[in-house]
Amino acid sequence: MKKLILSVLLLNLLAACGSNPPKEEVVEPATTSAAETAAPAAEAAADAQAAADAQAAADAQAAADAETAMLEKNSVYFPFDVDAVQDADRETIMNHAEYLASHPDARVRVEGNADERGSSEYNLGLGQRRAKNTKRALVLGGASDAQIETVSYGEEKPRCSDHNEACWAQNRRADIIYSAK
Amino acid sequence: MKRWIWLCLMVFAAPAHAVLNIEITGAGEHQTPVSLVRFAGDAAVAQGLLDIVGNDLSRTGLFKLVDPAGKSPHDPRDIRSAEWAGVEAVLIGTIEPQDEGKVAVKFRLLDLVRNAELLSQVVTAKEDQVRAISHRIADLVYERLTGSPGVFSTRIAYVSRDEGVYRLVVADSDGDNEQALLTSKEPIMSPAWSPDGRQIAYVSFEKRRAMVYVQSLTSRQRTLIADFPGSNSAPAWSPDGSRIAMVLTRDDESQIYIADSNGNHLRRVTYSEAIDTEPCFSPDGESLLFTSDRGGSPQIYRVSVKGGGAERLTFESGNAFSPRFHPDGKSFVFAHFNEGIFHIAVYDLESRQMQILTAGGWEKKPSYAPNGKMILFATEVQGRGILATVSSDGRVKQKMVAQRGDIREPMWGPFLK
Repeated sequence: MKKLILSVLLLNLLAACGSNPPKEEVVEPATTSAAETAAPAAEAAADAQAAADAQAAADAQAAADAETAMLEKNSVYFPFDVDAVQDADRETIMNHAEYLASHPDARVRVEGNADERGSSEYNLGLGQRRAKNTKRALVLGGASDAQIETVSYGEEKPRCSDHNEACWAQNRRADIIYSAK
Repeated sequence: MKRWIWLCLMVFAAPAHAVLNIEITGAGEHQTPVSLVRFAGDAAVAQGLLDIVGNDLSRTGLFKLVDPAGKSPHDPRDIRSAEWAGVEAVLIGTIEPQDEGKVAVKFRLLDLVRNAELLSQVVTAKEDQVRAISHRIADLVYERLTGSPGVFSTRIAYVSRDEGVYRLVVADSDGDNEQALLTSKEPIMSPAWSPDGRQIAYVSFEKRRAMVYVQSLTSRQRTLIADFPGSNSAPAWSPDGSRIAMVLTRDDESQIYIADSNGNHLRRVTYSEAIDTEPCFSPDGESLLFTSDRGGSPQIYRVSVKGGGAERLTFESGNAFSPRFHPDGKSFVFAHFNEGIFHIAVYDLESRQMQILTAGGWEKKPSYAPNGKMILFATEVQGRGILATVSSDGRVKQKMVAQRGDIREPMWGPFLK
C-alpha cells in the first residue's frame, strides 16, 4: 500500500511538472486588493499570466487526481465459491483497462484471494481462477495480455480475520496492483 | 551440576514457543491400568523421563496411570504382586551415569497379571537425549501393551504465523522441542514429509507467488523444484520417496502433475476444467486421492497415478477437502465443511460410509499418525490456530495450546527409519 501511495504521489508530481512548471509565487496568494488597484499595467498583465498558469496547473492536478482516484479503487469482489467478475465491478475493471490501454508501459499484478471456507490449497486454486478471470476482463477492456501477471494468495493474506460474512466478503477479492505506471 | 545446567537450558530455552497447555477429553473403550515408577538415579533426570513417558501414554486415552503410592522398586525381585492390585503392568528402571556425559537407561516392563517380563532393554545416550529416550520408552511400552507401534518418537511439521512472520516448524509429536526450518515474511503452506522423514516439501511465497521447495532436515539445504508461471503447490511424496505429486496452474487451471522428487520428468495426471488439488498417494503408490470441484462443489476423488478417469468418492451434503490415506489404505481422513463449520471425518473405502469424528469448529488439514491410531489437525481457540488430535475411533480428543502465534497446516511425519 505504501508503495502504491508513493507511486501515486510521483505520478501527480510528474503530471504537474509536465504540463506547467509550478512557481512558488503562483501558489502563494501574495497580492492584496489594495496593491491591485495601484498596480501599473505591466504588473496587471503579469498577474493575469500567473492566474492563467495557476488555473492550468490546477486543471492538470485535478485530472491527475481524478485518474488517481479512479485507479485507487483497485479491488474487485466475488460471491462465495464464485470466480466470475461481477457486474458491480465493471467500472473498476474498465478504469484500469483503459489506463493500461493508454499506458502501454504500465504493468500490473492481479492478486487473487479467497475467504477461509475451504482448504488452503483449494483456496489457492480459487484465488488463481479469480485472478485469471479479472485479467481476462481487463484484456477484454483493452489491456494487453503482456501487461498483466496473475498470482494467487488463496486464504493466506486476509484483509479481515473474523469468521463472519462481513469479513469473508472483504477477503473474496482480486487486487489490481501496479508494478509500473 | 552439569545435569542441572542441562535441565535449566531445556526448561528456559523452550518456553518461547513451548506448548503451554494440553487438554485431553474422552477415554479409550478399554483403559489398561499401568504404573510408572520413577527410575533410580539422578532424581531430576528420572522425573523428567517419568513425566514425558506418562504424558505420552495418557494422551492416547488408552491407559490409566496408577500412582505407585510410595512404592519404588527398581528390580523385578522387589515387586510383590499383592501390593499392586488392579495394576496390569509396571515400568521400572535405572539411570546410570557413564563416561563422556553419557547415561545408560535400563528399563523393564512387567506384566503383573501373567507374571511375565514384557520388555527389558538398555539404552545408552548423551544426557541431552533423555527426551528422545523417554519417547522411545513410551513407544515400546505402547507397542507391548496395545500391539501397535508407538508414535511418540515421530515428529510433526506445521506453519506458525506470528506478527507477520511465518515459520515452518518441526516439533516432537507432543508439540514440544520446536525447531524452525524456515522463517519468512511471506506465507508458507502445505508441508509434506518425505517417507524417510529426512526431507520436507512445502510451498513458500517468498518470491511473491507460490513455489514448491524441498528441504533437508539435516543439512537444511533446499531446492526449488517447481516455479512455473502462476501457482505451484500441494506437494505430496510417493510412498517410495522417488516422486512428488503437485499442483500447477501453468496450463491454466489447478491440475495435478507428478515429477521426480527433484522436479524433473514432469507429467500431467488430471485433465479437467476444474480445480484439482491436494493429491495424496495411496500406500501402494498406485492411485491418488484429490480434491476437485469438477462436479460443482469441492469433493474427494480418486485417480490412477497413470491418469485416466477419476472416481468421485464423497457425495454427502457439504464440501470435502484435504484427503489423507490411512496407512492401511482402506480409509481416508478429510475435512468436511457443512452448514458453516468444519469437521474431521473418515471415509471407509469398503463400506463407502463417512463417519464424523469431531464436534466441529474451524477444523482443517487432518493427517494420520504413521500407526493410523491418531489424527492430527488444525483447529482454533479464541480465534487462534492450535494443534489438536483425535483418536481414529473418535473417542479421545486433545488440544495443544501454544503460548503464542497462530498455528496452521500441520502434518504428522513418518516413522523414523
